[in-house]
Amino acid sequence: MKLLTHNMLTSKCLKGVTVGYPLGIVAKDIKVSEVDFNSEFIARIIPKLDWATLWKAAESIGHVGELPQTLIQDFETNEEFLKKVHHVLLEVEVINGDLLCPESGRKFPINDGIPNMLLNEDEV
Amino acid sequence: MSRRPEHLAPPELFYDETEARKYTQNSRMIDIQNQMCRRAIELLLLPENTTHLLLDIGCGSGLSGSVIKEYEHEWIGIDISSAMLGVALEREVGGDLILGDMGQGMPFKAGTFDGAISISALQWLCNADKNSHDPPKRLYKFFSTLFSCLSRSARAVFQFYPENSEQIELITTQATKAGFYGGVVVDFPNSTKAKKYFLVLMTGGATVLPRALSVNETDSVVPYASRREQMKKAKGKYLKNSKDWIIEKKERRRKQGKKVSEDSKYTGRRRCGRF
Repeated sequence: MKLLTHNMLTSKCLKGVTVGYPLGIVAKDIKVSEVDFNSEFIARIIPKLDWATLWKAAESIGHVGELPQTLIQDFETNEEFLKKVHHVLLEVEVINGDLLCPESGRKFPINDGIPNMLLNEDEV
Repeated sequence: MSRRPEHLAPPELFYDETEARKYTQNSRMIDIQNQMCRRAIELLLLPENTTHLLLDIGCGSGLSGSVIKEYEHEWIGIDISSAMLGVALEREVGGDLILGDMGQGMPFKAGTFDGAISISALQWLCNADKNSHDPPKRLYKFFSTLFSCLSRSARAVFQFYPENSEQIELITTQATKAGFYGGVVVDFPNSTKAKKYFLVLMTGGATVLPRALSVNETDSVVPYASRREQMKKAKGKYLKNSKDWIIEKKERRRKQGKKVSEDSKYTGRRRCGRF
């Protein structure tokens, strides 16, 4: 699971959970691979991200690098900055671990990089 | 026995390892999937030359994901079968995968995706595989959560195999209830094999639905004169092997999108004896 996906995932489908965001990460295995860099896509996706969540997630798995805690102003033109964001968003992957619902504490296991978001019948 | 896979087993059991293998080895299946996926992306009407983040619902072994990559978009896929997702992992499809049930809702935050596609998955929601399943409720949950995770003016395109007209009715009712505009586009409506249903849903107000593909442009409009033709036909079919019979048969096959040689003055005429 990439951190881009983590930034989008919620647990609001659980019964009784209203926001369910952001999910906590307990990472056991992390893989870093190389992905083609597309500056235009990264610049377009940044406004959609929840920056605080991304920074915290990156920090909690120890791959925050030189990412600033608050988003800089002129990110569209700053190639260096976009490359750092690209690395954290698309190249760092959580292979095994758990996602934690912030409200109910429900665990969603991650196996082979695939988070299991299936719910039991009584949780819907 | 029914040949529809939905009637055999729930999706998480039906798409086991052997079924999942078919989607990487059977070139005919791959071809059809790719074709449908290309058409679905075309129906999304995304602005060209920019990379978008798409959601692939029922991504399976990632065949449609590879097509999305061809168009240079990023994607996140969700599927209920872990065997299919396992094949997707092997194929290194490039998108991120999530194991989830569409009937339990889409687990994403608001405004995430620029579009959503789904190939041959929606009909599974029309079946109740467990006691607790209620198809209209699951459909509504799916559409309402999908609506919220799409950005405004985004579209969702579903290729699906409806069993009957009631299923189409059921699906479209729940989709409009969830706030979507749109409808069903039927490609090649006169052919049994090439006929494909696409549910096109829009979030940003009612706009004109895209045209369906067909061989004849006038197919969707029934001309007034055809009534007289029907009266004629009602009296009885043409004599077999007669010129009218041949022309009618060619017309019918043309409408089904098959290869038919063109009509000429020689159509339906006997060869001269010297040949």
